Amino acid sequence: MTRLFLALPFVTVVILIILGLGAMLFKKNLIKILLGLSLMESAVNLLLVVIGYRQDSVAPIFTNVPSGEMAMPTVQALTLTSIVIGVATSAMMLSFAMVLYKRYGTVNVLEIRKLKH
Amino acid sequence: MKMTKIVRTTADAFYPFCLVFGLYVVTHGHLTPGGGFQGGAVMATGTALLIVSRSYREITGRLRQTMLKLCEAFGLMLFLLAGLQSLANARPFLGNWLTQTGGFVGSVVSYGPNPGSLDTGGLVPLLNVGVGLEVFGGLTLIILCMLSGIKEDRP
Amino acid sequence: MQTFLISHLPALLVALPLLCGFLMPVIGRAGPRVRNGWVLLGGALTAITGLLLAIQVLRFGPVTYVFGAAHTTQTLAENPAAAFPIRIMFEIDALGALMIINTTLATLAVIIYSVAAEAKQSGLDMFYALFYLLIAGVYGMVATGDLFNFFVFLEITSLAGAALVAYRIDRGVAVEAGLKYALLSTLAALAVLTAIGILFGQYNALNIAALASRLQFTPLDKVALCLLIVPLAMKCGAVPMHFWTPDVYTTAPSSVTAFLVISSQASLYGLFRVLFSLYGAMLSWATFGWFLIILGVLSAFIGVTMAIPQKDVKRLMAYHAVSQTGYMLLAVGVGLAVLGNASALAKFGRAAIAGGLFHIINYASCKGLLFLTAGAIFLRTGTRNLNRLGALGHAMPVTMVLFMIAALAIAGIPPFNGFASKLMIYQSVFHFSPLLAIVAMIVSILTLASFVKVFQALFMGPRRPEFANVREVPRPMLIGMSVLAAYIVIAGIFPQFFVTRMIAPAVNALLDRAGYIATILGGI
Repeated sequence: MTRLFLALPFVTVVILIILGLGAMLFKKNLIKILLGLSLMESAVNLLLVVIGYRQDSVAPIFTNVPSGEMAMPTVQALTLTSIVIGVATSAMMLSFAMVLYKRYGTVNVLEIRKLKH
Repeated sequence: MKMTKIVRTTADAFYPFCLVFGLYVVTHGHLTPGGGFQGGAVMATGTALLIVSRSYREITGRLRQTMLKLCEAFGLMLFLLAGLQSLANARPFLGNWLTQTGGFVGSVVSYGPNPGSLDTGGLVPLLNVGVGLEVFGGLTLIILCMLSGIKEDRP
Repeated sequence: MQTFLISHLPALLVALPLLCGFLMPVIGRAGPRVRNGWVLLGGALTAITGLLLAIQVLRFGPVTYVFGAAHTTQTLAENPAAAFPIRIMFEIDALGALMIINTTLATLAVIIYSVAAEAKQSGLDMFYALFYLLIAGVYGMVATGDLFNFFVFLEITSLAGAALVAYRIDRGVAVEAGLKYALLSTLAALAVLTAIGILFGQYNALNIAALASRLQFTPLDKVALCLLIVPLAMKCGAVPMHFWTPDVYTTAPSSVTAFLVISSQASLYGLFRVLFSLYGAMLSWATFGWFLIILGVLSAFIGVTMAIPQKDVKRLMAYHAVSQTGYMLLAVGVGLAVLGNASALAKFGRAAIAGGLFHIINYASCKGLLFLTAGAIFLRTGTRNLNRLGALGHAMPVTMVLFMIAALAIAGIPPFNGFASKLMIYQSVFHFSPLLAIVAMIVSILTLASFVKVFQALFMGPRRPEFANVREVPRPMLIGMSVLAAYIVIAGIFPQFFVTRMIAPAVNALLDRAGYIATILGGI
């Protein structure tokens, strides 16, 4: 039962990645594609946090810390960095989507195809 | 686009609290979960509240783009110079030579359960402030720029 | 003072471009002349730092730099928490030095070029800020010794690159390409991050050397390997993941394109680092060698055949970029395939890797120069369409000569540097499999044919009325292009100097996995 419980976050990660990929591959709306990408980013962040968990360890916060061994906060640092990068990429790509909507009048990826001509 | 008076008043009321909470997260970055980015993001949420509750023209009177740009550049410079000044103190880039020296931010962290003392961490609080400023300026600027891209066709 | 500067070179390598870029919005307020001076100063300082560091590495061996430590050279062995080697470290060996020289050459040329080429555009403060961010990202990628750090710099490079590609909106077309680049790069980086997570979960380390020394090659490691090499192969533009290259290289401003070539080579460096230094002894060499060879041959052949019918001069060059990347993959793949066989390695394996690595820097200079000349032509004529261009040789003789040098070099004609590296590749690959060598030669001939056609279409023919007021481009652009042309000619005439001083140490560094690990772990 505990094993199942411990595996649950990984299952969530896989489900989120599949959902995100599905949105990226099958949606035609650019905003939805970017949402799918965000979903995948969150899934990978979740994976990192889950990987950092060590059984029977306490959170590495010095203020009012309970006694016990602390877990390494490396993964939290990694996740944070990845979230920061995610914010930057999402902001940039959403701005791109805005510019495209202004120029082409659509966010449908099937109609955004001037590059091919 | 103009929101109702309720929304605008609530946003006004929340704005200072967001800023103060963000500053708290920034200054306690080396003690509690949080730090420059999170605190900066919280502060930017405050300005985002203001921005969504008002029209673009109204908001640019209160938040100037040049101010935000300077804020961002200043934060980045603070971080980089904090890293570079370690070189002058015979440490590598970002080497934390202030920690455990007993100075203003150099107290020794007591081990085990403790209420948390702000004057620890050496360079880290300074870096947090730099990152906080940068993120606050940057995120607000992003939201402002995106807003300026939206056509204001409704009265 | 001297030792002080030298010991901090790796930090300055990334800090200087960042400083230069971040101050750009502030300095830009003082006017275009001040800004241009600042851009040139920053470029010169960065280039000097890069060259000094590379020379130091090539003369005195690998350099490590530990950020935020007690002293700069602290190895992980003396770190009290050595069980968790999570320091942020730069580790620059001879291979890194080669990549740094490559980046420095391009930085110098592109910065000088862009000051004149972009002079009439708007929004230049942010343009150069992003440009320096891109430069810092590429330097970071080739200097870092930490896998997560590599991911961060990869993302910085992609972000700055995508923003620069889309910078001149160009009726939305550039934004389309930028979005494509950003989406694919983000996906690739997510895969790399997942691999990093998998590796960290098993070995509690992020440092490449520490990971390499602890690697068990469990099934999870194989998943991580796939998640590392496929995105990196995509980022360096290998067939069948090359579809972004033509669009992105075509629409970006030419100075940016020339530097994007360098950033995709940094991904190539990452690919080699993962295969040789991180996994190395664990791999089945023949399988992965042939994986690289097949990628390489496909890229070389499909790239060149796609290039021939193109009408847009930059799109044509972009397909040639795919094709030339194939040569490097092919040559290094041959080296990887015979890694377990000492006699074959000594006989032709080393020479193959040396040819591949030499071709990295040679190709970067040729391709950079080609893109820059295309930019010069576009600046003066306003079109990139080969059918509409022509007879520019009368008005732009210097550009014509520079284009000719680059085109002959990339097609592998003596006495230019492309010949030197391609000859090394032909000879060594011929020992491995004559068929592959013949394919490589055919690709080279097709490249030559394609560039003869382009040359004829661009520069030959009687004067045309529509190009009557076309003039030679401003002098700074010519100087920038000449930097690359000078390297092309010098490396073509004295290839032996570069091979012994620069390439041979890089090959040793690539093959010496134990040495790479020992540099960080202090001889464990």
